[in-house]
Amino acid sequence: MLSAESLQRIDREIAKFPAEHKQSAVIAALAIAQDEKGWLANETMDFVARYLGMPPIAVYEVASFYNMYNLEPGGRHKVTVCTNLPCALSGGADAAEHLKQRLGVGFNETTADGRVTLKQGECMGACGDAPVLLVNNKRMCSNMSREKLDQLLAELK
Amino acid sequence: MPTVEIDGRQIEVQNGATVMDAANALGIAIPHFCYHKKLSIAANCRMCLVQVEKAPKPLPACATPAAEGMKVFTDSEYARTAQKSVMEFLLINHPLDCPICDQGGECQLQDLAVGYGKSASRYKEEKRVVFHKNIGPLISMEEMSRCIHCTRCVRFGQEIAGVMELGMMGRGEHSEIVSFVGNSVDSELSGNMIDLCPVGALTSKPFRYSARTWELARRKSVSPHDSLGSNLIVQVMANKVMRVLPLENEELNECWLSDRDRFSYEGLNSGERLTQPMLKVDGDWQEVDWQQALAAVAKGVKNVLALNGAQGLGALAAPHSTLEELYLLGKLMRGVGSENVDFRLRQSDFSADHKQAGAPWLGMKIADIGSLDRVLVIGSFLRKDHPLLANRLRQAAKRGQQVNLIHATDDDLLLELANKAIVPPQELPEMLAQVLKAVAEAKQQPVPAALAAVEVGEQARNIAASLASGARAGIFLGNFATQHAQATQLRLLAQELAGLLGASFGFFGEAANSVGGYLARAVPGAGGLDAAAMLATPRYAYLLLNAEPELDCHDPRAAIKAMHATDFVISMTAYKGHALEYANVMLPIAPFTETSGTFVNAEGRMQSFNGVVKPLGDARPAWKVLRVLGNLLGLAGFDFDSSEQVRDEILKPGEVAARLDNRLSGVELQTPAPSDGLQRIADVPIYFGDAIVRRAASLQQTRDAAPPRAWMNAALLSKLGLADGQPVRVKQGSSEVGLNAALDDRLPRDCVRIAAGHAATRDLGPMSGEVRVEPQK
Amino acid sequence: MLDYGPDAILMKGLDGSNWHLKDYEARGGYGALKKILGEKITPDAVVAEVKKSGLRGRGGAGFPAGLKWSFMPKQYAGPKYLVCNTDEGEPGTFKDRDIIRYNPHMLIEGMIIAAYAMGTAVGYNYIHGEIWAEYELFEQALDEARAAGYLGRNILGADFSFELHAVHGWGAYICGEETGLLESIEGKKGQPRFKPPFPASYGLYGKPTTINNTETFAAVPWIINNGGDAFLALGRPNNGGTKLFSVSGHVNRPGNYEVRLGTPFATLLEMAGGMRGGRKIKAVIPGGSSAPVLPGQVMMQTDLDYDSIAKAGSMLGSGAVIVMDETTCMVRALERLSYFYFEESCGQCTPCREGTGWMYRMVHRIEHGKGRQEDLDLLTNVADNIAGRTICALGDAAALPVKSFLNHFRDEFQYHVDHKRCLVDVPGGYFTAAARAEKAA
Ligand SMILES: Cc1cc2nc3c(=O)[nH]c(=O)nc-3n(C[C@H](O)[C@H](O)[C@H](O)COP(=O)(O)O)c2cc1C
Ligand code: SF4
Ligand code: FES
Repeated sequence: MLSAESLQRIDREIAKFPAEHKQSAVIAALAIAQDEKGWLANETMDFVARYLGMPPIAVYEVASFYNMYNLEPGGRHKVTVCTNLPCALSGGADAAEHLKQRLGVGFNETTADGRVTLKQGECMGACGDAPVLLVNNKRMCSNMSREKLDQLLAELK
Repeated sequence: MPTVEIDGRQIEVQNGATVMDAANALGIAIPHFCYHKKLSIAANCRMCLVQVEKAPKPLPACATPAAEGMKVFTDSEYARTAQKSVMEFLLINHPLDCPICDQGGECQLQDLAVGYGKSASRYKEEKRVVFHKNIGPLISMEEMSRCIHCTRCVRFGQEIAGVMELGMMGRGEHSEIVSFVGNSVDSELSGNMIDLCPVGALTSKPFRYSARTWELARRKSVSPHDSLGSNLIVQVMANKVMRVLPLENEELNECWLSDRDRFSYEGLNSGERLTQPMLKVDGDWQEVDWQQALAAVAKGVKNVLALNGAQGLGALAAPHSTLEELYLLGKLMRGVGSENVDFRLRQSDFSADHKQAGAPWLGMKIADIGSLDRVLVIGSFLRKDHPLLANRLRQAAKRGQQVNLIHATDDDLLLELANKAIVPPQELPEMLAQVLKAVAEAKQQPVPAALAAVEVGEQARNIAASLASGARAGIFLGNFATQHAQATQLRLLAQELAGLLGASFGFFGEAANSVGGYLARAVPGAGGLDAAAMLATPRYAYLLLNAEPELDCHDPRAAIKAMHATDFVISMTAYKGHALEYANVMLPIAPFTETSGTFVNAEGRMQSFNGVVKPLGDARPAWKVLRVLGNLLGLAGFDFDSSEQVRDEILKPGEVAARLDNRLSGVELQTPAPSDGLQRIADVPIYFGDAIVRRAASLQQTRDAAPPRAWMNAALLSKLGLADGQPVRVKQGSSEVGLNAALDDRLPRDCVRIAAGHAATRDLGPMSGEVRVEPQK
Repeated sequence: MLDYGPDAILMKGLDGSNWHLKDYEARGGYGALKKILGEKITPDAVVAEVKKSGLRGRGGAGFPAGLKWSFMPKQYAGPKYLVCNTDEGEPGTFKDRDIIRYNPHMLIEGMIIAAYAMGTAVGYNYIHGEIWAEYELFEQALDEARAAGYLGRNILGADFSFELHAVHGWGAYICGEETGLLESIEGKKGQPRFKPPFPASYGLYGKPTTINNTETFAAVPWIINNGGDAFLALGRPNNGGTKLFSVSGHVNRPGNYEVRLGTPFATLLEMAGGMRGGRKIKAVIPGGSSAPVLPGQVMMQTDLDYDSIAKAGSMLGSGAVIVMDETTCMVRALERLSYFYFEESCGQCTPCREGTGWMYRMVHRIEHGKGRQEDLDLLTNVADNIAGRTICALGDAAALPVKSFLNHFRDEFQYHVDHKRCLVDVPGGYFTAAARAEKAA
């Protein structure tokens, strides 16, 4: 269900916790599964549940509680812009507007060509670098002026 | 032991008690939703906020520890303001349509809103709408907008049922109670969530919108299914049972019911109910009146007596019959000179008969099971056979009780087992012997000679070590052990083991009157035939009481054969069923809700109850039918005016204890000798066990009621060249049936698990023994 | 060179790439640990030193760190845990990220010392899911520390073992709340627990646990090296040491600045380059979005320490200073914050789950010209009905902005209700009607 490499990464996370608390690795395991599959299908969550010895519903609770899991298939790239107040004061809201216009989508929508899903984010702990955004959860882009936003969009194929 | 003051009244409470506990002890009601005495503390609804002197903010009574000198005000202006504000929040997104809500009239939110709500809502925004879900045939989740997120249902699953089937997904206002995408809720205790839900979010699917609660009369009763004797509130409208709820009894069912106890009432209203006496005349069934029917019975019985003598008669009763019914059946048989009466229909080894000191029973109080610190369960489908006993062990295991299991299947009991030994059925005695030997060796006691050759393995040693390490141990034989071909050996081994350990030992008991049947002497006396013997050589006439032999007997094939080979079958039954094929007279008798009677549960508790509705159609309580029959047969001592008179003739409640005794004497331990070949493991699935539950429509749609299959582990499937799901012929002796093969890796080697109690397997032989499995051609 | 200001002691000598172990050692790093183990300073003495330093928790509540450490049961059979809170999700706060990316070993050393002081053998650092690069960097730093024998069995040959792991969140602000964080490490939804019991008696996996903010632990090596008194002297009584302030909003140089506690706000504002475009200061949220907003003039008179800010009517909180100038529409600003708490409420307790949505919807209506007169009082009342009645402090955090915004800027809300538009009409301003009109054109 998941690749050997993903399982190896999950095992590394499991090893961080006492043996009887494998469940502790679920947040990392779901993130790893999402890295591989792009999103968390029911089968994937079911698999993670079995792998960690958890009830599937408990995995689902986690997957639906934390924002950065994709519970539906989305575009090839997910762009999450912080629009919280500190960022907004320094252009975060404008950056979001700009992206909406350039991509022709609103928040939680995917471009018709399946390239980008746009999301509104909450504080990323980087307000000093506003506007900030995350590409696919893991790559943070700082000080995103309009020019840099356009560059980024050109880069996301 | 702190002393606290609540609303001006002082009370001393246990260390660790909460303000809520203290208030409860004082009889002070604090409004609440998420708090439930049997569940962990969530403190999420905030309805129980109270004022605590010196505290800077209102505190939740359910979660605040009662501390020495604490002064609490539950009803001050300050407290009420907090409580009212919480009520306002609860109501902003809750539909305010009580008149059309199924919970209306029995809704905690509705009740409290009267005292704590405002008449007009200040909330002018749009209300939340939550989509309905389908989680199976028993619980309705049609109205999830009503959910107040108390998480009682979720905690129930995690903590009581032992399986988390519902969860709260999402976050904040978007959080919703759901099952894992598309999954049904399959726990055998699931219906309790309906009771726990304080609003109309989770409701009973079978009951939904069939009546308003205030139209229902509430009557007490006792469950006729398992040996716990759960106390019931049966709700009745227009002489029909509409719903069953738990009647709290901390010593038995606590505040719970199994789904079987709760939803089986649908079987009472089944279209298969027999409501008129019927007589087969020249091969055709005719509805007749009671007089005709009873005259025909008396004539038939007299005929057999005249032609074949009393040995020509056999009486078989279901263990779900009442004490009075069982007693009168025995009395009737003895009155005509026969000892051929038995209620132990699924038992196969009767070698203990006449060697037991008293009626086999649990050996202790049910409520004390939780305080044992070591337990050994032998041969039990514990969760499905005894859902609430399983719960007691589950809760005790969490507190540190070590539960050990010796059984033939490794079904998930949803409780933490200290050790388990899963062996083919015929090896159960050998495994138990190993444990016995290990304990004897450890305690430097002599090992019984018969066990000299037994080799103690690691599993047995671990079990022995666990049992020997505790102060209070209990050893229990489950239904599978009772029905086992070597039941007496198992019992003797358990008895010896208990002796060595100073442990208590007993039987979980198969049915509502498994103990009562013995007390009522519905068992063969000297010279009588037991249930198996009565079927092995067909009688000339059978008297069936609440029994459907083709489903209720250890060897259904033999039962059917016997029924067909016999001239005269009298079926006293609430249902038409298969008896139509072989009976000559069908007498419509009342199920437990339509008659008074008594069940004696596993711990020997006599529970008498009254009928809650009048018998359906022309059905009559069986004790009355038997009384009249006694009279018609000219027998003395059948002049009873009430079932209480019958009961008092059997024994008084105070006399039960003296009649309970598990000791065997005059039986020798044998050297366990396993047999070869594929062995059948037959469980009686939870909803196949008796005539009522088999007709409970909603229960029959659950996963637990799925048709039997031939389950095998992967090694056996591949050895036989079979695939999971493949149609096969299962042969047992000269009988055979077609089933689908299925994979279950929790089964021991060379075993095929095939359920009993179902029409699909009624043409198979005994519940144990060798089977062959071949691909369907 | 990264410049955190002249008073910086924790974030001194950093250039963004000198975070490795060898760099840290070159700056005297792990000296405090060596001193403790070498001089056999007792755990109690370490706790006493931290108590003396006046170090208060840097995560928000400002609870004295040494006191918290002393709550850990000493004679306890079984595991105890140490947890660091790097979940930094409080809007406006971005200091802990700098600590773990520019000076991770300072945190690691601080946690090792804390583990020694409290007798814990296992620790976790829970890192905000959104800063993945920092998480990976921190994992590298841990590897370095393990390889050098600072972590693991018998650290530096002493009879003391400690293992430290990094774990990450995945996008839930509430996991910054300490018990929500513990639930999250246990692999569950991050729903806070009711206290008591406190983590010191029932924490991670139900075991005694101490949890502190990143910056709190990071200050410990300096305290051991230089003495608690020296740390205390850097700040004010009861407000020991320096503190990192994350300055965001309408300033010329947003960023982190490390100043002594008690430094005037005006000085910090100057360090951050002053107001952007030379505009007038209107409002400041001095301690992260959960702290009450203060009018600019009030803030300009206030010093940056726990007690002074409290006296001014707000909280030092996490030290996140959000500066708003005269172009800011306070209704819109509150709308965004209310949305945040509505979005991030974990959903378990009634007042927070139901009340945050109610408040957000009202503010949203007011901002969109659909406000009603009764909304203003109702807002305050709903906020009052949430505050102090929830399991965790998110309820308070959601209520305080609403109450303080209405308290200090009620006229703007009133104007929105009366005129269905914004009072602030500065071209280019944040979220003002004029700004929106400008954009539309
Ligand atoms: C809603 C909420 C969010 C919080 N977020 C954080 C956070 O991101 N980082 C943090 O260190 N503390 C946060 N806290 C405070 C923690 O609960 C806890 O007090 C702190 O980690 C203790 O560390 P300290 O004593 O060193 O400050 C938060 C509290 C609340 C109520
Ligand atoms: S106050 Fe809000 S975030 Fe905190 S526990 Fe309650 S619902 Fe969750
Ligand atoms: S508010 Fe946007 S990163 Fe902090």
